[in-house]
Amino acid sequence: MKKVIMGNHALSYGAMLGRAQVIAAYPITPQTQVVELLSEMCADKTLDAKFIKVESEHSAMAACLGASLAGARTFTATSSQGLALMHELLHWASGGRLPVVMGNINRAMAPGWSIWSDQNDSLSQRDTGWIQFYCCSNQEVLDTVIQAFKVSEKLLIPSMVILDAFTLSHTYEVVYIPEQEKVDEYLPPFKPPVKITPDEPHAFGGLTSPEHYFELRYKLQKEMEKAPALIEETGREYEKMFGRYLGLVDEYCCDDADIILITSGTMGSTARVAAEQLRQDGIKAGNLRIKAFRPFPFETVRNIVKGAEKIAVVDRNISYGHHGMFYEEVKSALYGHNDSLPIFGFIAGLGGRDITPSTFKEITNFALKKKKPEEEITWIGVKR
Amino acid sequence: MNKEKKMKLSLPEEEFMNSGHLACQGCGATLAMRYFLKALGQKVALCIPACCWSVIDGPFPYSSLDVPIFHCAFETAAVSASGVKAGLEMVGDTETTVVAWAGDGGTFDIGIQALSGVAERNDDIIYVCYDNEAYMNTGIQRSSATPYGAWTTTTPVKHFKERPKKDMEAIMAAHRIPYIATASIGYPEDLFRKAKKAKEIKGTRFLHIYAPCPTGWKSRPEDTIKLARMVVQNATFPIYEIEWGEKYILNIKLKEKKPIGDYLKIQGRFRHLTEKEIALMQEEVDRKWERLLSLVNSK
Amino acid sequence: MKKKKQAQKIVFKSEKDFPLMPMSIGSMLFNKTGVWRNIRPVIDLDNCIQCGICWKFCPDVSIYVENEWPVVDYDYCKGCGICAEECPTKCIAMVEEEK
Repeated sequence: MKKVIMGNHALSYGAMLGRAQVIAAYPITPQTQVVELLSEMCADKTLDAKFIKVESEHSAMAACLGASLAGARTFTATSSQGLALMHELLHWASGGRLPVVMGNINRAMAPGWSIWSDQNDSLSQRDTGWIQFYCCSNQEVLDTVIQAFKVSEKLLIPSMVILDAFTLSHTYEVVYIPEQEKVDEYLPPFKPPVKITPDEPHAFGGLTSPEHYFELRYKLQKEMEKAPALIEETGREYEKMFGRYLGLVDEYCCDDADIILITSGTMGSTARVAAEQLRQDGIKAGNLRIKAFRPFPFETVRNIVKGAEKIAVVDRNISYGHHGMFYEEVKSALYGHNDSLPIFGFIAGLGGRDITPSTFKEITNFALKKKKPEEEITWIGVKR
Repeated sequence: MNKEKKMKLSLPEEEFMNSGHLACQGCGATLAMRYFLKALGQKVALCIPACCWSVIDGPFPYSSLDVPIFHCAFETAAVSASGVKAGLEMVGDTETTVVAWAGDGGTFDIGIQALSGVAERNDDIIYVCYDNEAYMNTGIQRSSATPYGAWTTTTPVKHFKERPKKDMEAIMAAHRIPYIATASIGYPEDLFRKAKKAKEIKGTRFLHIYAPCPTGWKSRPEDTIKLARMVVQNATFPIYEIEWGEKYILNIKLKEKKPIGDYLKIQGRFRHLTEKEIALMQEEVDRKWERLLSLVNSK
Repeated sequence: MKKKKQAQKIVFKSEKDFPLMPMSIGSMLFNKTGVWRNIRPVIDLDNCIQCGICWKFCPDVSIYVENEWPVVDYDYCKGCGICAEECPTKCIAMVEEEK
């Protein structure tokens, strides 16, 4: 079935088709439509789930943890301040091996209040042990939520499906809504190996001394290391059933590219348009849109950029006192493997400043003019 | 020795709490749990936030209870329980009673938002606060449940706590939940009855259990039960129930209120109080008691 | 009814033996808290009226009932003295542990 829906509703449909059983969420612009539609779906029984209308995002995640521990499939959604408020519990989800799936609308962190797109909110959480998917179309959002349930439940690691504020959350696009029966075939019910039940009582998350904590965290990392392969495998499975591949990255014309733009989120699709236009102007540009940021797709990125002469990483975020976070991680992926490849780092679009094909043209021309970068951060679009 | 005589136990013999736990000698919190579980039985899931019981239960990979526990984040006892309840129901278990089991810090202070949210939604959980009147697990710091006059490490003698204990029952009554009750480990049968009663009610049920702490109160371990009785007999901690936030039922009536002096005398945390301060405290206890009586008697 | 529950100390040899998240897999009963004691309760059964109060108020579940009489489980009793304090006939004495 084809529908014209907004990005937020794509999240709701994903959760509905994924048969989420417990949803606990708190409203925040620009996420509100996600939970409003889910609320309706629960009310008219399109979705058989309990919707707990919590009084804060911290409580939203806490409720999801409790429900997940009880063996239910859980979903929530939030953005910026709300995500930050959940921070402590994000650690709990991953350390507790609870496969919560969350939609996050990338929105700039206050102060001052901003409701526009920026990646600092989700990237600030990159160390919490969650799988992170950055999406660039509503179709991808819907599909990825379903895939996320499958990947998370296999690994028992939580994941977040991330989309830009307004440029995706509120943009209407044509989306193919898969049939419930086929989704059920792809995604069986959640069967956790252990859960909270009086039939087999355990105390979960108790005091853990230095004698034991280390091994438990080792196990989490080892599972996370299986994620790239699992994401590709489940992505190919999805392609077989629904016709759309869901991989770790999305690459466009990188094979023969002289310069590869490395992007994420909606600017990833803008960069594709820019690359097309640059090619028409005779510049062999390519676009590598990183979709799975955690686990970081080291191998994939290395393979795709190996033929390029230059790469330009565009970050819609910044780690203050350091650089753009995609830039940092790409650099670390290439260190020791491709040390001669110049990597240019650009910061653009913070707080929702528009990123257009011209932005990428400016970036490309800047990088082409220099043999190698003179600075680790080049700010694009700042009025100086 | 009469060999035919039977031992007359006022509570069921079955235990759901085992020995070997890490509580201090004479700990009131353990008795609260012991009696509560006797009433609820094994079909229970506990959500325990950071508090003494996070440690008492024992470290990974052990537990001292025969019921499952979710050791949840400090602020989240109430809402974690809501989440567990919702999850259990969705996976087909509608029988297990889900209980948030928190200390006074996790109830009166950091946990109050989640508790208020749960109560406002009337989520189907039992919330139990075992009250030792300070943050004991972290080493005796004041909470908003610490009574006026008490020494704690953050309300030292030169600057003892001058604000009164938060009236949690009034706060919960304002949420209009089906059942609120106070209880004391000095009256285990009353606690047991209330836990059993709470089990059968749907919606948010709030139990506030007075649980003396010899370590934090600087009292003798053997005085724990005595303190738990005296606090009721002098009306500092009255034992009553509130139904639907409106109907007040006084469970332990006092023909004659005992003065608070004897109760304060056997706790080191009150040792510094002057006659004047004790008189102020007595006035406050009297005033609150009268107020409670008027709520009980009002139609 | 004397509890017959037993428990062992748990030792993990490799990360493969760990559960995948911190969860209990054994009982605290392995922890014999009797070693915490400085004084121990001794019940004089001649004066015991079998009221059950000592059993009721023990925070460590260390007084159990056997053949209708209270028995102290010295493996776990921490010597808090509540039983002696609450006994209505004062038939429980707190006696110094021999060192």
